[in-house]
Amino acid sequence: MPDALAAEPPPLSQDDTLFARILDPANRANPYPLLARLREKPVRRQQDGSYVVSTHAAIRSLLFDPRLSSEDLPPFRRPPTGNPLKDWLLNPIKDRIATAHRPLIFRDPPDHDSLRHLVMEQFTVKRVRGTHDRVAAVVDTLIERCRGRDRVCLVEDLSYPLPVAVICELLGVPEQDESQFQSWATQLSTALEPDARRDADTRRANVASFDAIADYMRALIREKRRKPADDMLSGLANHADPTTRKMSDFDLVSTAILLLVAGHETTVNLITNGMLTLLRHPHELERLRADPERAPRVIEELLRYEPPVHFRTRKALGDIAVAGETIPKGASVMLVLAAASRDPERFPNPDIFDPDRADIQHFGFGAGLHYCVGAPLARIEVEIALVRLCQRLIRPRLAQDPPSYRPGAALRGPAGLEITIDGIV
Amino acid sequence: MRVVVDLNRCQGYAQCCYAAPESFVLRGHEILFYDPAPPAAKRGEIARAVQACPVRAISVEGLDAVTSPEVETGS
Amino acid sequence: MSALPEPGIVIVGASLAGLRGAEALRLRGYTGPLDIVGDEPHPPYDRPPLSKHVLAGELAPDATALPNLVPLRANWHLGVAATGLDREARTLRLADGRALAYRRLLIATGAQARPWPGPERAALSGVFTLRGRDDAAALRAVLAKGPRHVLIVGGGLIGCEAASCCRDLGIDVTLVDPNPTPLARSLGTFVGGVVAGLLERSGVDFRPGAHVELLEGDSFGGFRRAHLRGGETIEAEVAIVALGAVRSTGWLAGAGLMADAGGLTCDGACRALAADGTPCEDIYAAGDVARWPNPIYSGRLISVEHWGNAVEQAGHAARNMLAAPDDQEPYAHLPAFWSSQFGINIKAVGLSEGADSVAIVQGSRAARRFLAVYGRAGRSIAAVSFDEARWLPAYAEQIRAGRPFPPIRDATDQARIEIHAPGFPPRRSEPAAREIVDA
Repeated sequence: MPDALAAEPPPLSQDDTLFARILDPANRANPYPLLARLREKPVRRQQDGSYVVSTHAAIRSLLFDPRLSSEDLPPFRRPPTGNPLKDWLLNPIKDRIATAHRPLIFRDPPDHDSLRHLVMEQFTVKRVRGTHDRVAAVVDTLIERCRGRDRVCLVEDLSYPLPVAVICELLGVPEQDESQFQSWATQLSTALEPDARRDADTRRANVASFDAIADYMRALIREKRRKPADDMLSGLANHADPTTRKMSDFDLVSTAILLLVAGHETTVNLITNGMLTLLRHPHELERLRADPERAPRVIEELLRYEPPVHFRTRKALGDIAVAGETIPKGASVMLVLAAASRDPERFPNPDIFDPDRADIQHFGFGAGLHYCVGAPLARIEVEIALVRLCQRLIRPRLAQDPPSYRPGAALRGPAGLEITIDGIV
Repeated sequence: MRVVVDLNRCQGYAQCCYAAPESFVLRGHEILFYDPAPPAAKRGEIARAVQACPVRAISVEGLDAVTSPEVETGS
Repeated sequence: MSALPEPGIVIVGASLAGLRGAEALRLRGYTGPLDIVGDEPHPPYDRPPLSKHVLAGELAPDATALPNLVPLRANWHLGVAATGLDREARTLRLADGRALAYRRLLIATGAQARPWPGPERAALSGVFTLRGRDDAAALRAVLAKGPRHVLIVGGGLIGCEAASCCRDLGIDVTLVDPNPTPLARSLGTFVGGVVAGLLERSGVDFRPGAHVELLEGDSFGGFRRAHLRGGETIEAEVAIVALGAVRSTGWLAGAGLMADAGGLTCDGACRALAADGTPCEDIYAAGDVARWPNPIYSGRLISVEHWGNAVEQAGHAARNMLAAPDDQEPYAHLPAFWSSQFGINIKAVGLSEGADSVAIVQGSRAARRFLAVYGRAGRSIAAVSFDEARWLPAYAEQIRAGRPFPPIRDATDQARIEIHAPGFPPRRSEPAAREIVDA
């Protein structure tokens, strides 16, 4: 892939126009008709040589294909400052160090596997399930704060603060530092946005955010080594199992950043998309209120119907034949997971929200090697949040539909969700 | 309840282990050990495991209220 | 056709294939009478855990009853073997003297453990085979008493799984196999060598290239020691005879079907073939017992003794049983199996039989995490994964499509591909075990 800082964007073709329209914030509220058009041609070559893949069968096949690499993160490159010492010596070193901090979502096996294994050793069943009561308490507190109001802004009041509180506690990041890392985290999550990846300003901002959050994490890790606590970061930083490799300090910092950023950026969308969908389907909201045991089905259907992550990119390590096309070696490949989850070839009536469908095999958490590490935690948070919202908000209804959306097309979700209520139970 | 997992389908995502830790355990990198006869009290957890499985490999009898046990010896 | 006139459908065999076949018939709308005959007294149960968690004592032998996923409204005849088939009269004879009339018959009698060749020695106390729930219960009861030494004859999947369990229980194990490595027949010696390493690491006394010639009993009728070819003896209290399986077709003798110890031959649509080679429109077979021309392997006659085939073929046969004679769909199946042993998950797809080459395409044998693909005449025909299950679907797709060997280059975690001889032993010219003295 050419260095996006230098490259002139090539002119748009028909196919590019379609994908460009999906990226266009104007279509953020309802990209699904465009995704349906994408699926008419499962594999589309774009003007810049990248490929967009959109059907369930093709994406499924590619997610398990070992020729698709996740190592497609563009290298960090600091812009010229005019100071030769910086431009020729210091910044290239800093760039190389920053680039060496590749989180495991941008790594292939065997490195990916050993890193992930170390993370999973900390992300234990006990630790994850142990969050249950805490999540419930946080949700109740956050809902309680809305008492006396006739309007709830879901993102601000619950969807954002809940996952932040939970991931901070699990990792051992002081929650009061949230104001510091919020903007860094949001900035860094643009690494998944194709538009932002091409944008020079965004990439500059990413470098700055990375430097800041990496400094923050290094300090925190030092603290965890000095005074270990019962949290994931302490566990990772003081790895004691001599039979497995321990993480390098680069990997430790990048893993900590990844878990912090991924731990809330996506869950925010899942909770907000979830409530939005239930409010648009009041019958389902009522059923969930009356029977909270429906939650697991509701959540899986949400992950299919309004997934928090709409696409991921990969790089082809070899020529790959799929759906009648050949993706050539070296090409960047965009897997439109959200289009696959609405593929009528795979799901009957895909545009209907139906938690009772027999077979919800979605790509809401991805599939294959890079399946979302945090999926079990997200399920706990979303279940408790949605059930309590349904049970405690009196006569909730959308104050604005569609809501305003955050800029991201890959990490897609409302910027705010205004809900009118008659009170709190 | 009676549970069977299609271990040809299973790829060791371990989502069931988080949903129902007393009924599903992952050993080594990807060996799933499960209880084929979990007690009725685990119904909620087993239901969560079934739904969370990314490859839909878990089949259960007795999950949705009462389905009559069919098998009787003799005729 | 949703309701056949009386009589209805009879299924012989009450294990996985029989149960899933019955469910498929009901799911597809069959509402007529349904009779299920099983020679064991137990309702359908799952076998794979028997040689793993049941032997290890983690699951009770009766814990693996299979879920019944569809209301069956069936008449169960359990503990009653089928003893004969009268195709003219369309009746099945049962061991208790009754006869069951059928309009359609599904034969899913599976297979049984190949016994030790000498019946008297096979009957020694302490000599076990491992196939059914009762076998597992009896063997578990003995292992629970903590025998000092267990002999396992045969290094196939069951033999290796049993060896793994015994070591977990702290029991000394000698595993005897005529081939240079365990699992040589299913995976070849190139991959089997990794399993040999696992055996060694876990402290199993593995005797490659060895033949058990005699199981010796004591005066109380208990197993005492085994004699190997060459004169060596192995003292043990328990012998597990793991020599594979023979298809349960003996009861079909005289029925005029193409059946032998290798299976019941069917056409592509799972219909049993009469001795003259014509398909019987009213008799179908599924699971271990069925041998059919598989289109994925150019119509070669194969039988597949694995869990996934029992489920899929039973469902397919059920479909065809309810369809008109001119609407019979051929059954294409990519075989697959799994085994867990020595802490490693082994999964395989395809048919490795006849492979002329093998290559590690991901990971490494040294790390004991890898994916190997088998080739035959330049095509990819099978793959096996050791703790790399998530890549297997990609290779399964390549194999199903008959892609060239090796199928995928330029993959992540792929060293330079080296092609090796798979090391399949020559076809058996003599039984894997032989009783030269049986008196």
